[in-house]
Amino acid sequence: MPGRGGSLAGMDQTRHMEQLLSAKEVVVACGPGGVGKTTISASLAATAAARLGGRVLVLTVDPARRLADALGVGGLGNVARRVPDEAFADAGARPKGELYAAMLDMSESWDALVRRHAPDPRTANQILANPLYRNITRRFAQGHNYIAMERLYELHEEGEYDLMVVDTPPSLNALDLLDAPGRMAEFFSSRLLRWLIVPYRSRFVNFASRPFYQIADRILGSQFLEDLAGFFILFQTMRDGFVARAEAVNRLLRDVRTTFVVVTTLEAVPAMEAEQLIGRLRDRRLHLGLLVCNKVLPGSFSDPPVGRTAELLGQRAGDLAKSLAGRLPVDPATSGRPTAEMVGRVLDEVARSFANFRLVATREAELLTELSATHEVTATVPYHPGHVTDLRGLLDVGAKIWGDESTVSPEASSRSGRNTRSAGRTRADFGGGSAAGTSRRPGTGGSTEHQKHSSAEPESDAGP
Amino acid sequence: MPELLAYQLLFVTGKGGVGKTTVAAAIALLASEQGRRTLICEAEPKGDLARAYECGPTPFSGRRISDGLVAMSMDTEASLREYLRLVAKVPTIGHIGPVARAFDFVATAAPGIREILTVGKLCFEIRAGRYDLVVVDASSTGSVVGQLAAPTGINELIRVGVVRSQTDWILEILGDPVRTGAVLVTTPEEMPVNEAVDLAGRLASETPVHLACVVANRVLPELFGRSEEQVFNEISRPARLELVARGIGASRELVEDVLAAARLAVTVRRDGVAHLERLRAEIAPDVPLLYLPYLFARSHGLRAVRQVARALSEELVT
Repeated sequence: MPGRGGSLAGMDQTRHMEQLLSAKEVVVACGPGGVGKTTISASLAATAAARLGGRVLVLTVDPARRLADALGVGGLGNVARRVPDEAFADAGARPKGELYAAMLDMSESWDALVRRHAPDPRTANQILANPLYRNITRRFAQGHNYIAMERLYELHEEGEYDLMVVDTPPSLNALDLLDAPGRMAEFFSSRLLRWLIVPYRSRFVNFASRPFYQIADRILGSQFLEDLAGFFILFQTMRDGFVARAEAVNRLLRDVRTTFVVVTTLEAVPAMEAEQLIGRLRDRRLHLGLLVCNKVLPGSFSDPPVGRTAELLGQRAGDLAKSLAGRLPVDPATSGRPTAEMVGRVLDEVARSFANFRLVATREAELLTELSATHEVTATVPYHPGHVTDLRGLLDVGAKIWGDESTVSPEASSRSGRNTRSAGRTRADFGGGSAAGTSRRPGTGGSTEHQKHSSAEPESDAGP
Repeated sequence: MPELLAYQLLFVTGKGGVGKTTVAAAIALLASEQGRRTLICEAEPKGDLARAYECGPTPFSGRRISDGLVAMSMDTEASLREYLRLVAKVPTIGHIGPVARAFDFVATAAPGIREILTVGKLCFEIRAGRYDLVVVDASSTGSVVGQLAAPTGINELIRVGVVRSQTDWILEILGDPVRTGAVLVTTPEEMPVNEAVDLAGRLASETPVHLACVVANRVLPELFGRSEEQVFNEISRPARLELVARGIGASRELVEDVLAAARLAVTVRRDGVAHLERLRAEIAPDVPLLYLPYLFARSHGLRAVRQVARALSEELVT
């Protein structure tokens, strides 16, 4: 594979993250649905606040309830709330900066937009009271994406935060958000909108447009057309403000202070969408700061020696079971010793389970190779059973993205994934302590502590 | 509540990334194999259906997938043209300037028009009787409510005109619990389950469509019974690991890595079961909950669709 592709070693990755989040003021997280964008956004913001300092805001669209609760933003609407230092203390961290979190309330944001751009309060109220208004703002295909970008712009203008991480709304197409400001401007400038309004403003109807009205009347009825026109005449009063604003939002997205983070999982369809998204960002010369592959299985699952071990375990399950069964303690529930058959069954299941995950991990490794060839800086975040539900979890994920595991084992941060892999020490230890120093029992949902990158790093990528 | 495959119109929806398209494709495949003339429609064309069936593009006019199965992609402009021709009987559509412009206006400016052209086309296929079952790979959670609520909204906003006269029969089909149902797809994870629960509520309160069933996709099988798990935990102890390692001539680290996969399966399964219990508790008791297994071998493509269809048919029998 090309030398420039793939992940950076731990130290370089850390430096990259520090430089990226110190130099940029706006981070836009985007990617296909269901890949964990919200978690990654919150992790980036929390980790930046903890490690780099400054005032950091995460603006999220639809956080999982438990995550919202963890950040203290549940049901708070557009108001940003500071995540208390105690929350960091509970997570075993002393933040250098301050973390704020806000949720994006779509209808509140739309209303604010109308109030700002309407020529006077009376017009604003007329628009807000119009039955078509809710309908249009709720259904406008690009509306939600636009609002997210618009709100981002507003917060950036206010200049209260050193760094803002925005989580983009789930949309049918991850690429839509890039077009949202432009579409908004286009919508207001569209000839069709003018066509619609003209006949109700003046008696003069252009000959060429007459058949158009005939059809429209036939389909929708003239009463509805008139209602619609009435609404757009009102809406039109906000045109200049809207268009100027949409252009400003667009400039911010292209600004050197803005970077995009693409988040994906290593499943076929999301990975393909992520690749397209990266292409689109390139085409538009937008800054791609980082590609995050989330929920990646431990690299040991696709490691050939481990695979061979699993096969042997399956083949010799019977013999192993015989020698093991006698040494196992009495089961208090049945007050009997486990039989050799049962032990054999367990070993069989273990081997089968490994074979299953090996398939998935191998596929992931392949996709990672393809994806990381498209971009220089790729971070992988290991599969995390259960969900990230508190600040500690977010900082753990952040540590993976930063590429350092120093809080787990001091030598880990100076060790590249490749080295760990070739040394055969790639470990999938789901029962291990988390990066922030928790210790959970095996099988109760502890975090994954294998070495990052080593995970699905392709063999051929060994060596600098 | 009718059998899943006895419905005439099924909207398959769920959070992005839960395998909605694969489930929709599997339902359609299964129905067609049981002799029902089936149409499957991708409501937001991204090429997902073509990928699922590993076939070429699926145009608005339809593409034959196999006996009794046709796949199409929604195209609201084509739907409008068809509608004008067949229903509104606007005869001279070809001569009236660029239809695209008129359409642009209609779709962008008038709320709910795009949605009703989607839903209307699907209901039209039911009414025309060309298919026994129409399966819709519907939009993800966010917009599906908008789509299914559009006819009601239009009815309130538009008082006359051709569109208005059409909404009545559309609403009749959508609201008929024997003919039309929604299939909610989710996975045993926090966010997908949250969204499924929310969506079940919104479907009930904002749309005429009733919930036919909830599909829990990618459910991991239970690896161990209680005693077996006890044995597994015992084997995981260092001394026993050493024994296993010696027995197969491998290092203890390697054996630990192998066991990690089983431990992951147990943890994920346990986590998922908790979410599924929450799901079961929060959707109406009479709505069936179907389980589909996690596919290790393939997560997309025709083989995945076939495997899901097989699992689905087993679920429907029991």
